[in-house]
Amino acid sequence: MIFRSNLIVGLTIFALVVLIAVFAPLIAPYDPISHSNLLYAEEAPGAQFWFGTDEQGRDIFSRIMYGARISLMIGLAVQTMNTCVGVLLGLSAGYLGGWWDEFVQSLTNLMLAIPTVVFALALMAVLGPGIVSLLIALGLTDWAYSCRISRAQVLTHKSQNYVQAARTMGYGRLHIMFREILPNIGGPLIVVATMGIGSAIMAEAALSFLGLGVVPPAPSWGGMLARAREQLMVAPWVALFPGLALFITVLGFNMLGDGLRDLLDPHGKAKR
Amino acid sequence: MFLLIGRRLLQSMVTVIAAVTLIFLLFSVIPGTFVSSLAGDKRDIDPKVLERIETELGLNDPLPTRFANYIGNLVRGDLGTSFATQRPVTAVLSARIWASFKLACAAIGFAVIVGLPLGFVAAVKQGTWMDTTAMMTAVSGLSIPAFWFGLLTMYFISLKLGWLPTFGYGNGGFRHLILPALTLGIAPMALLARTSRAAVLETMNADFIRTARSKGNTETRIVVRHMARNAFVLVLTTIGLQFGSMLGGSVVIENLFAWPGIGALLTQSVSMRDIPMVQGCILLIVLFFLVINTLVDIAYLLIDPRIRYR
Amino acid sequence: MTAQTILQVDKLSIALRLKGQGFPAVSNLSFSVERGEVFGLVGESGCGKSLCALTIAGLLRDPLHVTGGRIDFDGQDINRLSNRDMRRLRGNRVAMIFQEPMTSLNPLMTIGDQIGEMFELHENMSRRQARLKAVESLEQVQVPSPERRIRDYPHQLSGGMRQRVMIAIALACNPALLIADEPTTALDVTIQAEIVELILDLCKARGTAVLMISHDLGLVARICNRVAVMYAGSIVEERAASEVFVDPRHPYTQGLLASLPRLGRRLQEGRKPLMEIKGVVPALTERGPGCGFAPRCSKATDICWADMPAATALSGSGKIRCYHHG
Repeated sequence: MIFRSNLIVGLTIFALVVLIAVFAPLIAPYDPISHSNLLYAEEAPGAQFWFGTDEQGRDIFSRIMYGARISLMIGLAVQTMNTCVGVLLGLSAGYLGGWWDEFVQSLTNLMLAIPTVVFALALMAVLGPGIVSLLIALGLTDWAYSCRISRAQVLTHKSQNYVQAARTMGYGRLHIMFREILPNIGGPLIVVATMGIGSAIMAEAALSFLGLGVVPPAPSWGGMLARAREQLMVAPWVALFPGLALFITVLGFNMLGDGLRDLLDPHGKAKR
Repeated sequence: MFLLIGRRLLQSMVTVIAAVTLIFLLFSVIPGTFVSSLAGDKRDIDPKVLERIETELGLNDPLPTRFANYIGNLVRGDLGTSFATQRPVTAVLSARIWASFKLACAAIGFAVIVGLPLGFVAAVKQGTWMDTTAMMTAVSGLSIPAFWFGLLTMYFISLKLGWLPTFGYGNGGFRHLILPALTLGIAPMALLARTSRAAVLETMNADFIRTARSKGNTETRIVVRHMARNAFVLVLTTIGLQFGSMLGGSVVIENLFAWPGIGALLTQSVSMRDIPMVQGCILLIVLFFLVINTLVDIAYLLIDPRIRYR
Repeated sequence: MTAQTILQVDKLSIALRLKGQGFPAVSNLSFSVERGEVFGLVGESGCGKSLCALTIAGLLRDPLHVTGGRIDFDGQDINRLSNRDMRRLRGNRVAMIFQEPMTSLNPLMTIGDQIGEMFELHENMSRRQARLKAVESLEQVQVPSPERRIRDYPHQLSGGMRQRVMIAIALACNPALLIADEPTTALDVTIQAEIVELILDLCKARGTAVLMISHDLGLVARICNRVAVMYAGSIVEERAASEVFVDPRHPYTQGLLASLPRLGRRLQEGRKPLMEIKGVVPALTERGPGCGFAPRCSKATDICWADMPAATALSGSGKIRCYHHG
């Protein structure tokens, strides 16, 4: 079945990216930043430079290996932040209701109205470029889906017997929210989070592509594409390989998400 | 009916006000933003000029006063003056909105024209190789970085084949529009293919379709009169959301294709820390999203009686 | 087959095809319905009675397939009809009412348009004319103020009202046969009787034969002329309704009747548990070669497990499939 293969392909890609990120120093033949030699600028892919070199003579293959670290790190960190914010807001809004619920819902609608990249751009304008700003800008802007789903899930779980039972036994709100309900709504949240890692990686790449994310010369896949357009005619490989790495990685997370959904959430509550 | 539309409009107004407040706070509360944005960029600015600007912008007033002024100006259509060019933000925005709007329309058009049939075919041929291919295309379309896809089309279609111009606005003609629109529309297209597949599957297996068949309808008539509208109702939200976020999505694409729209303006303004301009761009992007989605909700009121009479 | 026969089902077999494997769902089903008659098809859920109904209306969908037998409607073999002729038959001469009134109507079309569609399709009327006729149809199913109701959408009506609309649609073109597949099961008990009466009255006036499919023995006994009892894809007993419930001959029918609660029985016989038929209906994939009921039958012998009994005529009238019907 195609759905099973989603999970397998997704997991394989995920594992591969993790391995590359961890062992980048061992795999990469050259240093991604310091090994630059203008004599070898814009060298076509070949035996010496597998994916060719960029305009500064740096080995693209090595830079992609190291770039996996940045993408993965930012993707995971950003999605962790977003999930925490989203779950915290969604869980409390759904469980407590009242004005807090109204407020959280309006906030969620507002966040949905401002595209992530735009909001992140605005924050970057205020905070200035750099990895910390990037983490804040992306980690606090894309939690609307996790929030909506946890809220919706809480609403259905709230009236179920096990929650009622916990309430009768005199457990506090916090205990019920985090110890009783949260473990039971994990499935859809994991699906959303998995796909969210993909979007976070993509958002980082987009910002770096615009020159407002990871500061060069750090090897970010998006940043590597930033100057590719000018060299497209003479050195198309500069554009090809970093984008391919990005594409495969995001595809992996999306397929993993699809696969997990079929496994954990067959009714598709985590549609996004 | 009108009551419902009115309520929906009111709801949108609240979100607009919230958005305006958020944008204002973002650039006002964080200390030193304006000053540092001017002085921090290693540009030599005369302290006297700085001071003049600060007073001119009312930066020394207390926050509520500044907010009141900001809102007051906003209502009059005054979004301030660009730091970089000294031109009124409103004028710059209105000069550029058309290019972005054109691009957004072309992109959503492409997404709908390709995405809906793709999802329809996948649903009708569920489980066959056509379904698998369509859904693989969709997940790829959702995963492909748009700017990379843009670079690829640029390389193959413009540079190698020479069919279309690589980038730029040209004289605003259709040929310059194709590649950016394709690039911007690829992800919404993929999403629409998935949504419409699910929608058609849901409708196809509905009991009322069996009823329609038992009445002696032809298959074509069943699709046209009974399925199309019901499936479309399920897809419309996605179309609206995608169209609404188009201006946001175009930020990267406009930069890649040197398209003179709001997105490119936003990035330039962010790089130059031209805060009034950034504020203006974001406001416009959010307004566009809200307007489109309000229109979609009103459209629902018109085509779906279940909502109308609730 | 006589000229009086409107529907003749002969050795009909239906199978479920999954991954190249076929599982018989209905086998060797034979019965006939006379013009104007009310014929009941009873059985538990999953016995194949609804499949049979869908097949007669030509609505069987993948992965279910007809694997044998023939169906004659008004003297014509429907398997040999072209798609186009089949469509003309459907709705016009063979109409159907389904179990779920809540979901069987198109939520985005007005009641008037949905009834009117029948006239547009089969009587070449314009939409305006069809709408006028729809008012009449709605009036016949006793919906109050029909000229206002035709502008309503299904979600504005109650379940009983919707089922009336379904009846109006089904009977719009005066069909020769109405297939009613559990028409009252999803309705409140209080309005079930009304709906059944309505169906019967309207059909009687039109001379329409009714194939009433139900799991409700009481209902079938009350309204039908003849009854066929189905179990696991076969008809096990077919008799006049007046006989089958007084003197059931097949062990399954006997079991069914014994397990019905009856008012006043405790007074007569004292406190006794209700009878039940032991065991469960075998799954489609687990049916053996013999009598489908053998695993649950107290009278079953070796031959019942080995071979399906043939349909034999009973003395008097009716048919039965059982080696031990004595």
